[in-house]
Amino acid sequence: MTSVDELMDYAEVVERFDPVLGLEVHVELHTATKMFCGCANRFGGEPNTHVCPTCLGLPGALPVVNGKAVESAIRIGLALNCSIAEWCRFARKNYFYPDMPKNFQTSQYDEPIAFDGWLDVTLDDGEVVRVEIERAHMEEDTGKSLHVGGATGRIHGADHSLLDYNRAGVPLIEIVTKPIPGTGARAPEVARAYVTALRDLLKALDVSDVRMDQGSLRCDANVSLMAKGAEVFGTRTETKNVNSLRSVERAVRFEMTRQAAVLASGGSVVQETRHFDESTGGTSSGRTKETAEDYRYFPEPDLVPIAPSRDWVEELRGTLPELPWERRRRVQQEWSLTDAELRDLVNAGAVDLVAATVAAGATPAEARSWWVAYLTKEANARGVELGELGISPEQIARVVALVNAGELTNKLAREVVTGVLAGEGEPEAVVEARGLKVVSDDSALERAVDEALAAQPDVAAKIRDGKVAAAGAIVGAVMKATKGQADAKKVRDLVIARCS
Amino acid sequence: MSDLIRSTAAELAAKIAAREVSAVEVAQAHLDRIAEVDGSVHAFLHVDAEGALAAARRVDDDVAAGREVGPLAGVPLALKDVFATEGIPTTCGSKMLEGWVPPYDATVTRRLREAGVVILGKTNMDEFAMGSSTENSAYGPTRNPWDLDRIPGGSGGGSSASLAAFEAPLAIGTDTGGSIRQPGAVTGTVGVKPTYGGVSRYGLVAFSSSLDQGGPCARTVLDAALLHEVIGGYDPMDSTSINAPVPPVVAAVREGVTGDLSGVRVGVVTQFSGDGYQPGVLRSFEAAVAQLKQLGAEVVEVSCPSFDYALPAYYLIAPSEASSNLARFDAMRYGARHGDDGTRSAEEVMAITRDRGFGAEVKRRIMIGTYALSSGYYDAYYGSAQKVRTLITRDFEQAFGRVDVLVSPTTPTTAFKIGERADDPMAMYKADLCTIPANLAGTPAMSVPSGLSDEDGLPVGLQIMAPALQEHRMYRVAAAYEAARGTVLASVPELAGAR
Repeated sequence: MTSVDELMDYAEVVERFDPVLGLEVHVELHTATKMFCGCANRFGGEPNTHVCPTCLGLPGALPVVNGKAVESAIRIGLALNCSIAEWCRFARKNYFYPDMPKNFQTSQYDEPIAFDGWLDVTLDDGEVVRVEIERAHMEEDTGKSLHVGGATGRIHGADHSLLDYNRAGVPLIEIVTKPIPGTGARAPEVARAYVTALRDLLKALDVSDVRMDQGSLRCDANVSLMAKGAEVFGTRTETKNVNSLRSVERAVRFEMTRQAAVLASGGSVVQETRHFDESTGGTSSGRTKETAEDYRYFPEPDLVPIAPSRDWVEELRGTLPELPWERRRRVQQEWSLTDAELRDLVNAGAVDLVAATVAAGATPAEARSWWVAYLTKEANARGVELGELGISPEQIARVVALVNAGELTNKLAREVVTGVLAGEGEPEAVVEARGLKVVSDDSALERAVDEALAAQPDVAAKIRDGKVAAAGAIVGAVMKATKGQADAKKVRDLVIARCS
Repeated sequence: MSDLIRSTAAELAAKIAAREVSAVEVAQAHLDRIAEVDGSVHAFLHVDAEGALAAARRVDDDVAAGREVGPLAGVPLALKDVFATEGIPTTCGSKMLEGWVPPYDATVTRRLREAGVVILGKTNMDEFAMGSSTENSAYGPTRNPWDLDRIPGGSGGGSSASLAAFEAPLAIGTDTGGSIRQPGAVTGTVGVKPTYGGVSRYGLVAFSSSLDQGGPCARTVLDAALLHEVIGGYDPMDSTSINAPVPPVVAAVREGVTGDLSGVRVGVVTQFSGDGYQPGVLRSFEAAVAQLKQLGAEVVEVSCPSFDYALPAYYLIAPSEASSNLARFDAMRYGARHGDDGTRSAEEVMAITRDRGFGAEVKRRIMIGTYALSSGYYDAYYGSAQKVRTLITRDFEQAFGRVDVLVSPTTPTTAFKIGERADDPMAMYKADLCTIPANLAGTPAMSVPSGLSDEDGLPVGLQIMAPALQEHRMYRVAAAYEAARGTVLASVPELAGAR
């Protein structure tokens, strides 16, 4: 695959062309049961164990709408500032694919449950971009195909395929933006920031696991270019298989560059689905959409229309939690953060963790210094999310408490945290096992001080003469003798007291 | 011929409950009858003798132990092969589902089992319920016990033929455009299409979801009512199921048999006569109307002009939904699989399987429906058909503002010869001319025997239609009419092979 830089320099891309973005995000709801049947909605599991006649599409089986999923859809719509339909229907989207049990997907077509909303997205430098939401609609997920043999892991070239229908019928909400023009060179960043903001929002709503790596949050990125200053959008491509926030940004940037190279060489962009390749950072052609697929949508006759009463919608509005941007505004005020401090906190993805650490007893400054300054580096080094690092806000709060009680120095505290991260157990257990406790036993310290004074009688004499600065040599000797586990200030006080 | 197989379901249930006869004896008598005559009738695709006798034994045990049993406990029944039956093959008359044994019971199946009804087996039908003659079954046609060279109607020809051949006193059918009523009419039996949503569709293999409705088939109006109350009622597994009590149909029959219809307003639908109607059918219908007047009913003519468009609307809506409903038969999970020789792609295997697995009529409707739903044609076809549907519903509403029930012939002709219309789909489709409006409106309708046509001696059906959830009105009229004119099945010929 051609590397992105060989195609065209990015600066030239954005100088000659204006990108238009369109983002389609699929969210798997984490309801207890599937969209249209009573099967458990759980990730993974032995293949084909969370299935029943309905989600397997057995002849005669019928769907029944999961009310909790409708509730989640409405809450998502409200949080995205959408209008909620007073009356809407499901529709059948007809096409053949082996992992789709009925060969139609029960979805929504021209009557989505939520429509016409917006989401404000904050970029890394604090600039806010308003992304218009076209619609959010309900549908069911398909099963999963595992293509065995062949080089690509895709259906073409595979020897055979295995089908797992555990995921078939899992409730999905598809959130579609309106076209997003005018973002210029920052289009890739806007795409990532939008998906990030949506993820945080869905997490706050507690409607989904929003795990991109597990597919509970999936993004299709539509990208087109038009000549600088043009008004008619260019031909777009839709890039699928974008499985991380970073990939969203890379995929958009690659497509912009690739399309620019095609256009600049006098070619034209083919409207098609493309696949993002995580390892190369490039996209490759999937199905060509030249024969536009005709899904033959029609209202799903096996389901009755959904007519959420206005009272119910308002009741659900009342259940909306503090949304991420409201929360950010509040913590900035409560924790007295500068704009830059808030941005670091948000970019680190640490707002929830810091808040939980504060709730467990630490001060905001202490909690931030751990999560933003120290643990973020650890997470980056390990290539994991902060929340997956393996240490909890409660544990951090306990370490902070130990420091404040004088039982740990900052240096020792970091060692304790390292132990927790290494899986050595609770902070207290690490302290115990590694023998990290500050030596605070006065008699032991006094003994060490007396020994040091005895070993350096000339220094001791100077101190007794009032040359307090000379105490440093004794303190150093004591610290050395206690392997750094003594509180240096305390040692110093003790030395002066013994010499006066 | 044994008295047991000539008995009505109500009589059999009473005798079994009183221990005058055992359910096992009753089941065995019907299994013997099937063994004797089904070679010539071919009403059944699968006979479950073992399961039937086991179910009968359970009823006998309950009765012996003094446990209370349902009003049809121990009565045998023939179940249309379109309902899922756990452990019993379900083919829908199609090669596509040859050998498929469902892992679950349809709600109707479950309710029958829970009521102690003894399921004898699964009956023949037009493939996926598409047809009006049962000739479209992939397993060969069912023959009409009145004349083995003639069709028993369709799609539920097997269910109605099993009643007329005394192979079962009760049967279940499904009616999408007339598939219960038209076979009832041409076999001299009773067939009821309940209000849409009145009987659960869960486990009924879908042909056209917005039109399909399961219902009772029997030899008497009372038996149909008793069965209606067993299978009817709300089912949370079917979103289109109506959350309301089953209309009091058994009570309505008891009222009707007193023979007094005074105060009942009956509307004769003027659209259902003229060209294409067999004179003997129309004469039978006029006699039936005269009979209703004699019983005290007030008869008026009612015009429902939109009914003229019911047939074309139906043949857009039903195939459209069918094209989607039948997409699941793709060789991936169950049923037939052809062409899987290790070299072909999944898509090729799907295509080959669907080509070999479906019969001509099913393919015709899938293609019509696929076309009607295509972008650019949707509004002109599917959209327009839905508008006609609304107009037909309005015609019914206006009519029922004036009358309590509507009546018409059930079918324009008596049973035609096997093969006669096989190459002429339009002629075949016209068999459902009078029955389709009720499906489009979702209202209940039934066919009750109205004697034999004077020109060919074959049974004719009187169709009685009522507003949604007002089944008791039509049952009352049907019961009064049946009591006045007597049964027609006494004159059904003895079948070859019969003792």
